[in-house]
Amino acid sequence: MEEVMNSFNFLTAPDVPTAIQLTNNQLSAFIAGGTNLLDLWKYNLVNPTALIDINQLAALSEFRELENGGFRLGAAVKNAETAYHPIIESRYPLLSRAILAGASAQIRNMASNGGNLLQRTRCYYFYDHQVPCNKRIPGSGCPARDGYNRMHAILGASEACIAVFPSDMCVALAALEARINITGGDGERSLAFSDFHRLPGERPDLDNNLKPGELITSIDLPAKGFPLNYSYLKLRDRHSYAFALVSVATALEMDGNTIKEARIALGGVAHKPWRSLEAEEFLREKTACRENFAAAADIILQGAVGLEYNRFKIKLAKNAIIRNGMMAIDPDSQLPGAQPSL
Amino acid sequence: METDPQNLQPQPVETHLITLKINGQNHSISIRPWVSLLDCLRDHLNLTGTKKGCDHGQCGACTVICGGKRILSCLSLAVMKDGAEITTVEGIATESSLHPLQQAFIDHDAFQCGYCTPGQLCSALGLLSEGRASSREEVKELMSGNLCRCGANVGIIDAIMQVKDGGSYE
Repeated sequence: MEEVMNSFNFLTAPDVPTAIQLTNNQLSAFIAGGTNLLDLWKYNLVNPTALIDINQLAALSEFRELENGGFRLGAAVKNAETAYHPIIESRYPLLSRAILAGASAQIRNMASNGGNLLQRTRCYYFYDHQVPCNKRIPGSGCPARDGYNRMHAILGASEACIAVFPSDMCVALAALEARINITGGDGERSLAFSDFHRLPGERPDLDNNLKPGELITSIDLPAKGFPLNYSYLKLRDRHSYAFALVSVATALEMDGNTIKEARIALGGVAHKPWRSLEAEEFLREKTACRENFAAAADIILQGAVGLEYNRFKIKLAKNAIIRNGMMAIDPDSQLPGAQPSL
Repeated sequence: METDPQNLQPQPVETHLITLKINGQNHSISIRPWVSLLDCLRDHLNLTGTKKGCDHGQCGACTVICGGKRILSCLSLAVMKDGAEITTVEGIATESSLHPLQQAFIDHDAFQCGYCTPGQLCSALGLLSEGRASSREEVKELMSGNLCRCGANVGIIDAIMQVKDGGSYE
């Protein structure tokens, strides 16, 4: 292994433009909660020469009602603060549930909203410097494909990489069609949630479309939060504090028992939260029932590929989509596994 | 502290002078940026009650209360906690008596080896002050970030429930 420096400087900035300016050094990194970054640093997976603290930036630390009826989440706001915010609990309960299904109480008190989007994969080969990994060292190979791939992708994977993106929060943000506000040296831009993360393709080292030196400043939730019919189901090896094997965020707009609009996003199955607009369109004006959710699941899982140890995920995902659809009809009916406290 | 981008690279690593209020007492510490809050407590301040388990945020042994919230000291940089008020296991009891939660841990055999106990205590105090858990199931869920290799979990939850339902915490 090449010799690495594990020392870094610690910098603060009074405002976003100054923070961006400090990134002129390509080896710098922004730090908010640090729960993933410092862990990656301890594993020698990132070696910044400077960390730029963004916790003092007022623009990143606020909640804000938007003129279009939406709600803005500051990028440096903590996950727990977001999940327990009265507006999130009442208008975006799917997001609250998804956040509370992830990590532990301590980590949710530390981890930031922007950082949640930037988590690296939990593929064990990525963390192991003794083996190749195309995400860690592009072109070196992927031992996961023929190795122990129980937690790996069944959708959207490439020859180069079968890693999955581990966030729960982002599965709900995908279903809710949030937007990501970004500032960089070239100014501000906004990305649809589905355009933020990327599939591995030939460049699994790139998890998302954030450019070097760019900073996530906030996440905008649209006005429609699906507060009446929603459910987040997370299936995992341990009842709590484990990453998803499969998770499903379902949000429905209902008229009686008829679905007017459906959103379904999957976690734990791909390099990004997985949605199928075709399946969601299929459910429009359909009765909310097991048969229709099963048909939607078949559309979502078209092209799913199982490997030696993760084949079970295809059937697990289908059943999870059906079960979560039924629970979304009446959130009070949610069974163990769909509520973080049960 | 602000830094001029022009001076960013390459430059010697700075040492920062920070102040931490730990268990009611102010400490001024000269520290390198990469020192975790955990190592700062244990190695710089000799407050070794807080334990290093995995050092990767997976076990909860290093849990402390910072600004009223339970956090993992192993994944926190001390330099980022400048000015913070921190409670460690050393600050829970009074001079004359154990905290009711500590007594409850004894009453319910809530530890064997005791290595996870400081983190369990701080995490449980955080849980109680957060007020998000009403049922036993919710207490279990919200304590899932603290592992106990000895398997004293049932006793730990019993102890927390005793204090929670008795209301004997601040």
